[in-house]
Amino acid sequence: MAAFFQTPLGELVRIVLQTLAILVPLLLAVAYATWAERKVLAAIQLRKGPNVVGAFGLLQPFADALKMLMKETIIPAGANRVLFLLAPIVSLTLALMAWAVVPVNDGWAVANINVGILYLFAISSLGVYGIIIAGWASNSKYAFLGALRSAAQMVSYEVAIGFVIVTVLLCAGSLNLNDIVLAQKHIWFCVPLLPMFVIFFISGLAETNRSPFDLPEGESEIVAGFFVEYSALAFALFFLGEYANMLLMSAMTTILFLGGWLPPLNIAPFTWLPGPLWFILKLFACLFVFFWARATFPRYRYDQLMRLGWKVFLPASLGWLVLTAAVLLATGWAPHGA
Amino acid sequence: MHSLLGQYLPILVFMVIAGGIALALVLGSLLAARQKPYAEKLSAYECGFDPFGDARRRFDVRYYLVAILFIIFDLEVAFLFPWTVRLSRLGWYGFWSMMGFLAILTVGFIYEWRKGALEWE
Repeated sequence: MAAFFQTPLGELVRIVLQTLAILVPLLLAVAYATWAERKVLAAIQLRKGPNVVGAFGLLQPFADALKMLMKETIIPAGANRVLFLLAPIVSLTLALMAWAVVPVNDGWAVANINVGILYLFAISSLGVYGIIIAGWASNSKYAFLGALRSAAQMVSYEVAIGFVIVTVLLCAGSLNLNDIVLAQKHIWFCVPLLPMFVIFFISGLAETNRSPFDLPEGESEIVAGFFVEYSALAFALFFLGEYANMLLMSAMTTILFLGGWLPPLNIAPFTWLPGPLWFILKLFACLFVFFWARATFPRYRYDQLMRLGWKVFLPASLGWLVLTAAVLLATGWAPHGA
Repeated sequence: MHSLLGQYLPILVFMVIAGGIALALVLGSLLAARQKPYAEKLSAYECGFDPFGDARRRFDVRYYLVAILFIIFDLEVAFLFPWTVRLSRLGWYGFWSMMGFLAILTVGFIYEWRKGALEWE
């Protein structure tokens, strides 16, 4: 058996199995994130949430998926048919692909590449394409406006996220996600880099088009934004992509600031839980804040959104970046990379 | 398979499987559901009445400005990545070199700000 995994074919089989070991739980998590969000929102608003399909409504995601599957896929008369169907596929594929480099435990990543953070940054930048293609191919005014807004919003906050990531890299001294987590052995980066942690999380909300920055799909203004014209599973793919992106943003927050799979303190009661469990716990905690923000804050206006991104987050993160670099050099704390 | 490119093979496999799942979902729904299109159903959504005018019209130039600004700053971030890993070796010389680069970009940013390119009313 062990010899088989040494051969090229065996290697491929191993990679496929590893990929499925990430993708299947991820898709289940995405399905249950929709359920969890409805439950959390309901609890905050003193309602019950989904509770009819299965115990506690636990089968609701599957009922929704089946319903979507049996719906008609409407392709508008003026639409570019190929691009129209390609957009949701691109969206979901990109949202899933990023997970190839996420380390769940020490060395547990499908692809433990040297430049993991660069890969994550690149893939999350590509996410704009799904939205732009959808908005353009629909040939509908609402979809087009929604796509424009969404693209501008995502690229604006991408810049702030970039500077935050660079600051974390300064402290970690490596582009490898595994090493970034290990660099937090003594103190999680959310403590010394607290302002950057806050900026990163808020930018994450904007990047995933979540409330209070859900202007691209601002229901009261542009109906549903870039996916007005979509129906059936093509619509569901955008939905799944959004939730997969939310999970990814939570995972990135966990890796960059909350010490990944590391327990809060390296002493007895905390070390009993295995690493992957800590990772999942932290990820869910971040995800809960996403839901919580949706239930709490009213939607931003577009000018406020752009002002926050360009006039507050960009200068603040750039300033903190310079400060961090100077402090690291002056104190000699800069990590000595290999 | 342990070359530098070999490290990226899992990503390729991941991409193929993820893309396959997405494609299968869309095609599955196309095949499973009964398709019954007619002209009204296929018209673009516009609050109940027939859509007038093409959706692909002129749009606000500020979206272009944001895109251009984004390219500049995103390149800057990409340029900073290798610098961060090597900062301890580069020392103060490397620090001030990068500060010079950042300063030039900041001047451009301030100009843009004062010109009102970042105003959305």
